[in-house]
Amino acid sequence: MAVTKEAICEVLAPICGTVQTVEHHGDITFLIDKGDLIEAGHELKSHPRTLFNLLIDITAIDQYRRKNRFEMVYILFSLDHSTRIRLKVPLDEYDEPRCPSFTAVYENANWYERETYDMYGIIFDGHPDLRRFYMPEDFVDPETGDPLYPLRKDFPVMGIQGSLPIPEKNPM
Amino acid sequence: MGLNETLERDGFVVTTIEAIAKWAQKSALWPMPLGISCCAIEMMALAGPRTDSARFGSEVFRFSPRQADLLIVAGTVTYKMSWVVRKIYDQMPDPKWVIAMGVCTSTGGMFRSYSVVQGIDQFLPVDVYIGGCPPRPEALLKGLMTIQDKIDRSKPTIIDMGKPTLSESLLTA
Repeated sequence: MAVTKEAICEVLAPICGTVQTVEHHGDITFLIDKGDLIEAGHELKSHPRTLFNLLIDITAIDQYRRKNRFEMVYILFSLDHSTRIRLKVPLDEYDEPRCPSFTAVYENANWYERETYDMYGIIFDGHPDLRRFYMPEDFVDPETGDPLYPLRKDFPVMGIQGSLPIPEKNPM
Repeated sequence: MGLNETLERDGFVVTTIEAIAKWAQKSALWPMPLGISCCAIEMMALAGPRTDSARFGSEVFRFSPRQADLLIVAGTVTYKMSWVVRKIYDQMPDPKWVIAMGVCTSTGGMFRSYSVVQGIDQFLPVDVYIGGCPPRPEALLKGLMTIQDKIDRSKPTIIDMGKPTLSESLLTA
């Protein structure tokens, strides 16, 4: 049997109080505060009524020009109850967002968070190995030396000239 | 039997070393398949029974650049991958040719984005560009024939290995 929204809210109530939810085409999203994330994750994973034992994906959204610019998105699945939910965590810092690492709850959050860090520049506190994932380690603006995060809304689609080197055509 | 009788019986052809070399080079192009995206599927069909590149002496796909003289870059080349492509090209012995297969390889194609090189001619000398997303195997075959025409029209590279030394000629004897 699928877990109902009410049951999840009840499980989360001792940790987060009243949880704000959004339902869209049968997908349920729970808005969780940054401080409650790890505890809520542990509870959702281990509580017998929910048992969300599979972390499907982690990503982020850049809500450019909004007060809470970045928003973390976690997709969880319960194999026992075959239910899929989404957690959203708004991050209040504008330029250098930080978030507690979900690796404390799910081991496989490691690479998802590295990817999110690579693309959005969100720092995950407590992550065991926070390095870039796709882009080169020295992917910086050649003029200012600032690290570049390509999925941020203020990053130009065609990139920044000279930030990614290519081989010479005629090396001799 | 003397030379005159032999020639009279077997016939003979007058040609030049260059013509022979060109004919040999163009009739045995060994491709190095660098399939990095979906174009690779169509490239495989080139060697298959329908398009059958063996008819043009080009069926021997070598998976080592050191044994190949035709580089088929089949797919999207990202900035990260460009160094690998260049390294493979540099390992191929001369003379060598390059086919840019598909629009991604030729111009970046639909990936007008920060991570994709907008055409491999930015870091490689390309002989033939093939449009299409992906191109049909027939288009690749046409590209191969264009390379053959190009070899026919150009001056072949003939490497003078010198005369064999005494020990070498004893070994081959």
